[in-house]
Amino acid sequence: MHALREALAAFRRAPLLTALSAAMIGLSLLVVGLFGVASWNVSRVLDDVEARVEIVAYLRDSASPREVAELQEALAERPDVAEVFYITREQALESARRDMAEFDSIFSSLDSNPLPASMEIRMVSAYRDADGVRAVAAAASESPIVEDVRFGADWLDKVFLLRKVAGAASVVLGITFGLVAALIIGAAVRISIFARREEIEIMHLVGAADRFIRGPFLLEGLFTGILGGAAALGGTYFVYRVLSGRVVQLAWMPPEWVALGLAAGALLGMMASAIAVRRYLRTA
Amino acid sequence: MIRFENVVKRYARATALDGVSFQLAKGDFCFLTGHSGAGKSTVLKLLHMAERPTSGDVRVSGYSASKVRRRDVARLRRKIGYVFQDFRLLQDRSAAQNVAFALEVTGVRRSEIRPRVAKLLGQVGLAAKSGALPSQLSGGEQQRVAVARALANDPLVLLADEPTGNLDERATRGIFDLFREINAAGTAIVLATHDLELVRRAAFARVLELDQGKVVFDSAERGAA
Repeated sequence: MHALREALAAFRRAPLLTALSAAMIGLSLLVVGLFGVASWNVSRVLDDVEARVEIVAYLRDSASPREVAELQEALAERPDVAEVFYITREQALESARRDMAEFDSIFSSLDSNPLPASMEIRMVSAYRDADGVRAVAAAASESPIVEDVRFGADWLDKVFLLRKVAGAASVVLGITFGLVAALIIGAAVRISIFARREEIEIMHLVGAADRFIRGPFLLEGLFTGILGGAAALGGTYFVYRVLSGRVVQLAWMPPEWVALGLAAGALLGMMASAIAVRRYLRTA
Repeated sequence: MIRFENVVKRYARATALDGVSFQLAKGDFCFLTGHSGAGKSTVLKLLHMAERPTSGDVRVSGYSASKVRRRDVARLRRKIGYVFQDFRLLQDRSAAQNVAFALEVTGVRRSEIRPRVAKLLGQVGLAAKSGALPSQLSGGEQQRVAVARALANDPLVLLADEPTGNLDERATRGIFDLFREINAAGTAIVLATHDLELVRRAAFARVLELDQGKVVFDSAERGAA
């Protein structure tokens, strides 16, 4: 109770200082927020591209319906395969006519269907990397009724490399921005503690316990962190609205990310306070 | 209650205390005198456990400086009042709030604080100025607020570091009389000063004179001899 009262009193006594530290925290978290939106959108684009990764196994015309059914079943049972669609020769022609209407006259003049039957294999997303796709393609090509397997190997390698680079960049940049934010928050809190060093000194003088001295500062850090986090969220949303639609089509972050960001702001505020106060308590 | 046993305190460049020993009992009134740099403030800091001796031991109210833990230091300090030459009041709070602060941060219940503050300010003769900010009070009055704050937790001993150093003759006399009253009520007082006039006026008190970190005069030893 005392801690809460004192933390609120500190806001009342020095509103400018509080606003300043909340703004500092807000700005540093804004960078994190914008980075969050960017990395979320990059990851969505990559997801989208990856979801289109498909393995197509072209079947020999000689394959019997039983052999086809067996292969479909064998592939579908694999843990890395999500779905297997069997496309008959007729369906292949049908969709070719639909997709390539401009060649309709050519398709109509054909005496027989030149297209082979095929199996389209969709992978479970967790296995959808270059090695995983190659393993499934290899397994399919082992079947005697499979004539050829296509999966765009070169392109696949590039997409997955991009994913790795983007992932590593996200982690490194995320940590860096987080650390920068923590340092700035720490500086903001130290300014506020420095402004109240006399108070701390007197608390020591009259025999206040360390936790009693620490309490209000931790709460103050927590509140400032939440305040800064909320400001950063507002700022990020504003930038997102301005950019989205006009410059590029963007998606807003999922709610868990937003909640995580706010929680991180609050925690950063409190931790920065804890470290700053600890340093002060040790020297006092 | 207070015991210095062959205390040596060395800083990086100087020896502040060099083998100081003395004892004080409950209710004693003791002057620490000597020139600036003689070691008076160091004695007070050691009593307050803000510093630890380089060698020897300081014992205050059952706590030994060589064994005391950080948590216990806070507890011990509630039994020790401390008054400074520069008052050290929070400028943005009233006299009453300054006194209440010492009670709040030591966890005294809110309902108890208000009557205790009123009583303390009455005791130092400032009942009428409880709402005044330090800047609206004279030096003597500010020192009275500081004394009230130092007495807030009913200390066993009151440490005063040049408490009249910034005060005029009249205010000095007032503060000194206040110390005598507090002492008469049973609180021990250790008063560091180089104001020999003040010392001369209090024949009842024990006088320890320090010079270059050593006790060069102890009125108690002379009395015994």
